[in-house]
Amino acid sequence: MLKALLSRAHQGHRTIGYPHAEPVLPDRFRGLPELHPERCPERCQACAEACPTGAIALKDGMALDLGRCLFCTDCIAACPAGAIAFSGDFRLAVRARQDLVLSHETLHRAEALDRRSRRLFGHSLRLRQVSAGGCNGCEADANVLGTITWDMARFGISFVASPRHADGVLVTGPVSENMREALLATWEAIPAPRLVIASGACAISGGPFAGHPEVHDGVSQFLPVDLFVPGCPPHPLTLLDGLLRLLGRIEDGER
Amino acid sequence: MAGLMRSVFPGEKVARAVLPRLEFGLFADEITAAVAAGCRISALFGLPSDGGAELVAVLADPASGDLRIATSTIGDSFPALTPRVPQAHLFEREVAEQCLVTPVGHPWLKPVRFAPSLRPAAGAAAAPPAIGIAEFFAVAGEEVHEVAVGPVHAGVIEPGHFRFQCHGERVFHLEISLGYQHRGIERALVAGDARRALHLVETASGDTTIGHATAFCEVIESLSATAVPPRAEVIRAIALELERLANHVGDLGALAGDVAFLPTASFCGRLRGEVLNLTALLCGNRFGRSLVRPGGVGFDLDSGRATELLARLEAAMRDVRQAVEMMFDSPSVQSRFEGTGVLTPAQAVEIGLVGVAARACGLERDARMEFPGGAYRFAQVPVSTADSGDVLARALVRWLELQRSAAFIREQVATLPAGPVLAAPGALAGDSLAVSLVEGWRGEICHVAMTDGEGRLGRVKIVDPSFHNWFGVALAMRGGEIADFPVCNKSFNLSYCGFDL
Repeated sequence: MLKALLSRAHQGHRTIGYPHAEPVLPDRFRGLPELHPERCPERCQACAEACPTGAIALKDGMALDLGRCLFCTDCIAACPAGAIAFSGDFRLAVRARQDLVLSHETLHRAEALDRRSRRLFGHSLRLRQVSAGGCNGCEADANVLGTITWDMARFGISFVASPRHADGVLVTGPVSENMREALLATWEAIPAPRLVIASGACAISGGPFAGHPEVHDGVSQFLPVDLFVPGCPPHPLTLLDGLLRLLGRIEDGER
Repeated sequence: MAGLMRSVFPGEKVARAVLPRLEFGLFADEITAAVAAGCRISALFGLPSDGGAELVAVLADPASGDLRIATSTIGDSFPALTPRVPQAHLFEREVAEQCLVTPVGHPWLKPVRFAPSLRPAAGAAAAPPAIGIAEFFAVAGEEVHEVAVGPVHAGVIEPGHFRFQCHGERVFHLEISLGYQHRGIERALVAGDARRALHLVETASGDTTIGHATAFCEVIESLSATAVPPRAEVIRAIALELERLANHVGDLGALAGDVAFLPTASFCGRLRGEVLNLTALLCGNRFGRSLVRPGGVGFDLDSGRATELLARLEAAMRDVRQAVEMMFDSPSVQSRFEGTGVLTPAQAVEIGLVGVAARACGLERDARMEFPGGAYRFAQVPVSTADSGDVLARALVRWLELQRSAAFIREQVATLPAGPVLAAPGALAGDSLAVSLVEGWRGEICHVAMTDGEGRLGRVKIVDPSFHNWFGVALAMRGGEIADFPVCNKSFNLSYCGFDL
């Protein structure tokens, strides 16, 4: 017992201050892409051709689909003019699929749920996580929100085992054909009203597996998605930020 | 005692024409003799053709440090090897599923992934059976009952189905049925968009991004005769050991959590993240995405970054030591770990166990020592073993490896070679084969790539360590209590998607 207390003192208090304090991310962190179409050489298609998931369109300017983006560096390596760069901005979650298509305007970040839903979920949100063909990247970085570093329980958010106890489902993976039925059965078992959160490029668009006959290119094919969290995988902060915005705990302009 | 099989070093490119093509009887005899003499099956797979398949066997010979390869052309059926060589069990089931051929006399022939076959133009026969719909081994008798778990489990983990045959709390038998995460990676590596290849490999098992990406890049570099700069090889090794550190720390914490020893579970949950953040310091992504690339690495480790990495590693390791030693000192943890989920060395050898689980049975199996590639050719990490084959042994091996990985990283960062970190890979040689073995944090990762006449990838075989080890989980549960399943399963911590591909 004494050992446990001493070790507690040794290990210290480790929960991050977000959203009240700005988090520190590594300088090479790949967050919200910055687009500079004015730098593009004429008729250059290098980035679009290099992109493994077809996330970049170059027609009347540049558009980058964050829902397909793997946040890899293939476009940056291909670009001769430095027209694409990653910023350190981790706040990427949105409410509508089309909001993920980024051009020169600012990203329309997730807005809060309506008043009724906020009354229901705002102080207590229980999520059932289902990996439907996920690679254990998104799963692992969702799971860490339960650790003392992130401690999402301080906002009333937690993962639960039974869909019967859940207010929604957090889906990762492109929805493999072999998980389709189990995912839909889990969804059916959650009492309405219920939320769907698509976390990661796979769950949004199929990610690197898009178009494979073995998968279904994301959860939107089957369920109405309330929150899209881009990334491969999304950083835990990106997911936490998205959840807090959904619950109205952070408003744009505030952060 | 090379026999009729071709001896090849890991990372060596060989022309497919020089690989021995043996009549199946001889092929089977060679494999049987080699396994009896101490080799293990690293890969055994088929290239489907219209009338059957071409089988390729890759055996690892730890005594000589080389690989033995042979091929055999078969028709629609062949006599199963499994009755003679039990570790062929899942490989033959996979061959049957991917190539639509029948290993006659296989003791437990059923789908591996419930996946479509790779056979071209197989038509209606290519449609797989519905997932999970298969015969399960059943024990009959009064008071015997069956417990079915999954595919969706209680925690935030991947899906799989576990079928227990129990008598009260006692487990007679466990059968594990996977395939839920199948995404068609091997098919797409050959038939799909080449720009996606590296990303598919990085997500074959996303918690082993560095391990799988390194294994894949090594076969591509072999086939294209690309010399990887020494600095890049060392950065890859540093990243591979960081991946091992992060996962071992997380696993030790999760093991503590499964026996309700919460302080270590909490501390390690945080500390795993500290190590992931070191990988992010290196490349911006906690899982090492886009770090390893054909020809080297995409990010350099400059001296300022190296200094910060070492300082943060020291701080994390101090806290890990404190958290882990407290757990091992606790009698309640010891009594739950000791004697739980035991595998004997004989079982481990027979089923071809690899990685942490094999070393916890006293086997000195570690590709970094036995089949070193990259920086491991010049710098060794001592092999960590324990001998009781139980949960305690698997936890101890992780703790030993943690310390040795941290020491290795310190040493490698201090002696990082100068020079570039990326070479431009050339075109792939035609009609060739290359094999790489990488010791990922779970165990041996084997990638085999074969090119066609035009130098395109004609077949890529990925063997995640989980493919060897899931059967070990089933054996370890025999005679145990069903309530020990979570801690026993966690002590292996195998990949579902790495198995399902």
